[in-house]
Amino acid sequence: MAETHRVGGSPEKFKLKLRRFDPESGEAPYWDEHTIELEPHRSVLEGILQARARFDGSIGIRCSCRAAICGSCGVRINGEPGLACHTHLDHARDSSPDGTIEVEPMGNMPVIKDLVVDMDAVHWKKIQRVTPWLLAKQPVPEREYLVPRENMVDVTQSMACIQCGACVSDCLAMEVDPGFIGPAALAKAYRFVGDPRDAERHERLNDLSQDPQGIYDCTHCFKCVQACPKDVNPMGQIMRLRRIAGADEHIVDQNNGYRHEHAFVKNIRRNGLLHEADLVPDSSGGKFHPRAIPELISGMPTAIRGLMRGKMTLSKILLHPHKAPKPVKKYFDEIDSKPERYELNLYVTGYDEDDEPTPATVGEGSTT
Amino acid sequence: MPSHDVLIIGAGLAGQRAALAAAQAGASVAILSKVHPVRSHSVAAAGGINAAISVADDWRSHAYDTVKGSDFLGDQDAIEVMCSEAPGEVMHLEHIGVTFHRNEKGELDLRAFGGASVKRTAYVADITGQAILHVLYEQLMKHHEQVDRYEEWFVTSLLRDDAGACCGVVARDVRSGRMEVFSAKNTILACGGAGQAYSPTTNALIVTGDGIAQAYRLGAPLMDMEMVQYHPTTLVENGLLITEGARGEGAVLLNAEGERFMEKYAPNKMELASRDVVSRAEQTEILEGRGVGTHGEGIYLDITMVPRKRTLEALREIVNIGKDFAGVDITREPIMIRPGQHYIMGGVKTDVDGATSVPGLYAAGEVACVSVHGGNRLGANSLLDTLIFGRRAGEHAAARAASMAMPAVSDEQLHEDVALIDGLIARPREAGAGGGPAPRRVSEIKAELGETMNQYVAVYREQAGLEKALEVVQRLREESERAYIDDRGTVFNQDVLGAIELGYMLDCAQAIVVAAIERKESRGAQFRTDYPERNDEQWLKHIDITLNGDGPAVSYSPVTITQWQPEERKY
Repeated sequence: MAETHRVGGSPEKFKLKLRRFDPESGEAPYWDEHTIELEPHRSVLEGILQARARFDGSIGIRCSCRAAICGSCGVRINGEPGLACHTHLDHARDSSPDGTIEVEPMGNMPVIKDLVVDMDAVHWKKIQRVTPWLLAKQPVPEREYLVPRENMVDVTQSMACIQCGACVSDCLAMEVDPGFIGPAALAKAYRFVGDPRDAERHERLNDLSQDPQGIYDCTHCFKCVQACPKDVNPMGQIMRLRRIAGADEHIVDQNNGYRHEHAFVKNIRRNGLLHEADLVPDSSGGKFHPRAIPELISGMPTAIRGLMRGKMTLSKILLHPHKAPKPVKKYFDEIDSKPERYELNLYVTGYDEDDEPTPATVGEGSTT
Repeated sequence: MPSHDVLIIGAGLAGQRAALAAAQAGASVAILSKVHPVRSHSVAAAGGINAAISVADDWRSHAYDTVKGSDFLGDQDAIEVMCSEAPGEVMHLEHIGVTFHRNEKGELDLRAFGGASVKRTAYVADITGQAILHVLYEQLMKHHEQVDRYEEWFVTSLLRDDAGACCGVVARDVRSGRMEVFSAKNTILACGGAGQAYSPTTNALIVTGDGIAQAYRLGAPLMDMEMVQYHPTTLVENGLLITEGARGEGAVLLNAEGERFMEKYAPNKMELASRDVVSRAEQTEILEGRGVGTHGEGIYLDITMVPRKRTLEALREIVNIGKDFAGVDITREPIMIRPGQHYIMGGVKTDVDGATSVPGLYAAGEVACVSVHGGNRLGANSLLDTLIFGRRAGEHAAARAASMAMPAVSDEQLHEDVALIDGLIARPREAGAGGGPAPRRVSEIKAELGETMNQYVAVYREQAGLEKALEVVQRLREESERAYIDDRGTVFNQDVLGAIELGYMLDCAQAIVVAAIERKESRGAQFRTDYPERNDEQWLKHIDITLNGDGPAVSYSPVTITQWQPEERKY
């Protein structure tokens, strides 16, 4: 539901195709079609509820608030994860190849019935993995902890997560490695790491860095960013965890995650384009580091295949074919010259178009 | 059979707070909820929580504002308890992790809210309820060894022993369909209001009056049921809520003539008068032909004068609601709103420790009526109510349990409830051999109930309309006895829950209408066009509704007045 559009208009017919599964029947899942009639800007959830009220009360879907705040109605619509209450019927119709709105249960979680998935088995287990409560600094003050205004606005973005599971549904890393802590739980972890009242920031980061299924297990695919109905930007929170762990807390992890990120930056700074042959050894501490040897050996088959298919040449592997052009160097210099790291956060920086000057604001500052 | 010192039904703010307090006091605790705790409707509370924490403020000022907001129907001893304990409770929330927004000094920031004489509303952007609910759930996960969680369990009956005390519940595991008896020394109802008896409503689909009806059926009196709050700013399109925080940040209300009409109705507080006053003003503008929209059915809420950056930071959720549900960028143009059903001030009558008149049965939050809200609740007092009285109920129940033996509970009610559900699933779709009208779908009856309540038991009420509503509710009750459902399964059968919820809503609706007919004056949210004045001589008293045989019986109880004598209410 990216763009704004006007309400109103008269009811239209929409075809819903629901993925049904009855665990008591012993039958496989099947498609169930209903035609509903509603104004085009109404939500897919309202469509499903109309089908349930008029035609078949046995359609299973969790839902409650209808306003994208309770997080109950996570589903896949035309293959994309999201909230049923937060997707307009006309958008859903227009994004479907044949105009039929397909609704399926979320992925990466077992289905209980119809559109209802077992979130306890996956999502909530992962949330519990990140010690999801404040480990408050001691002593606890008599009144509130005094903390910078910006920090509390900053953690609001991860606090805004409604635990709907849309990001978990389509996490590619989790599909390959079901043990990956995953986008929702790691965004939750940021909520504590970014909270100045938490006493165990370093321990949390160290834990999440050293875990092979922790912050460095994310493959940076942006699926969760796209899936999130609340702009939590889970992948962005994971990247922030990495930056804080590496750059601020100097945590060098056993997964080579930190070294890999640095090798990447160094590589681009030097070459302008990625020079993959350097990336593997640099990620392990350099060509001659003992740690690099097993990595290089395990990378051999890939390199040989590349050579045989002509994707690589010996000179490309051994020499540095490119040199970073000036503009690339300029970007790096400019970023390095900033006194502070610039973190993207919608609550702090707003949308891209928010470049208006900001006069003194109403309602800010307290009466105290 | 699961047995606990304290069994809590409902896992919103009141329920979770009660569970944590009871566990802290050393009791064995279980919390049972028909949805996962973070789906509870407390999640939708947006604007904030009131507490006199500023040095320029005093809890007595908060208490007076609350008493005045209640139109002097609130019990002042209870209001004193709530307001004096508010600062400590907010600090407690801060300490366990709620990410309240700060001022430049790093202290809790406070925003203006309706009916408040100073800024005293602490907030987390406009997701305050969500932020607190999620932090309490963090605490439940932390204390998982002290609190057993039964998530997605639906209560079908409260249990009563031979002496009349509540001794547990019968509940259904939604996932498996299994029915089980839970015995408990004390049961705390914390399962919210009954907004779904209205349509439209800001309330979530799960808010179906379960606890109110269950307590009523067990013999506990309900109080202040006629007091139903219409929130001044709900989307015309679908009834979704636009937080009062918008007006707290500076938004104004405009009629079709572009006039800031609140000048006429509340010259001092303007848009930040109490909700009943603002909703009536809007409704009057609409009825007198000065509404906006194709049919003049709405009012403009204009927030464009608030700096965009501030709106995006502090009111992001309603920016999204405007964009996603009304197609309006509220930072650039006004949005069309109108009064909509939002909150039930009434509920199960309790004392300041949450105890009802049934021994062993407590209630806290919207399900309860202490009464701290009287005729009209102030914005940002509901979160406070849930937390203060949730905690107090949890503590009191834990203390009471310490000197009790675990009650012996039979399976009798379990068998009755199983039979009831089996019967419900087997109901025929066609008229019986004896003739009579064909049975209706549960969903149809619910829709008619909602529309009826919203038509006759709304901002303005009068005798004939209320009597009509009572007649419809009575007919719907009869029809609901035969209403049918489709789902015959056991796993996640939401259809069967919907049929049971319909019965709960009908009980609540009946109590609301009976009380509204009874109160022949205008006070707070009850405005009778046939009795337009407040009448302290005859009606400065609570109306109690008790189940007597098959129907509601009316009685009265006094309003507790400590330091504030009733006076004319002006904003």
